Amino acid sequence: MLKIQQSIFDEMRHHGEETYPHECCGVLLGVFGGDDAREVKALARAGNTRTDSPENRYNIDPRELVRIQREGRERGFDIVGFYHSHPDHPAQWSKTDLAEAHWIGCSYVITSVQQRAADQTNSFVLCGTDEESKRFENEELIVG
Amino acid sequence: MRVGSHIPTKYKAMKILIPTPLRQYAEKRDTIEVQAGNVGEALSALTTQHPDLRRHLYTDDGRLRAFVNVYVNDEDIRYLQKEQTALQENDTISIIPSIAGGCCCCCCR
Repeated sequence: MLKIQQSIFDEMRHHGEETYPHECCGVLLGVFGGDDAREVKALARAGNTRTDSPENRYNIDPRELVRIQREGRERGFDIVGFYHSHPDHPAQWSKTDLAEAHWIGCSYVITSVQQRAADQTNSFVLCGTDEESKRFENEELIVG
Repeated sequence: MRVGSHIPTKYKAMKILIPTPLRQYAEKRDTIEVQAGNVGEALSALTTQHPDLRRHLYTDDGRLRAFVNVYVNDEDIRYLQKEQTALQENDTISIIPSIAGGCCCCCCR
């Protein structure tokens, strides 16, 4: 389960509208609760470094991740997940998303952006114990 | 110099920041302190303390996994001297798995 405040949820979706027709991406900072729950306390936008194919690929510069992680820790937050958009595609994970997901136990939130308007937003948690067994599972997204 | 405080100059005290997915293999700690002279020694000390981390950081032939980024402060060790990168007192090592993906219609489900 991923809990997210309405204002952060809106900001995340707005980011996808801003970068359309390119994919947006960013980091969700917050806290881990019991029962496999994550609560988002802040959002950190990131740049998409995939300038070769930004309409259907994204990559966050690890250096930016280091900075975001450091600033999050200073506020008492951990990285609990990530978000990105799928311009004119469904809010479903792709084989590329799974192949390049490595943060087991974190949430991956995807927003479909149709003709510059944010549409469906879904969240998936990366489960498993290693690269060989990892898989996405649908998770409840609680906004409010 | 304080009497009795001698530490071999080769070894420096530093912190390794553990990313959230790997903490389950490090007693749920977010930071591990080690003493080492370079990055390779620091990671070796880390995986000696927490052996379960090794297979998540290294391939079977002992190389860092491609998606595992290692930074010393704000510098990627790939652009320094890789695992031979020398460390200074109070450096911070960050282990950062990569973040990437995309709808990439050619390979959607």
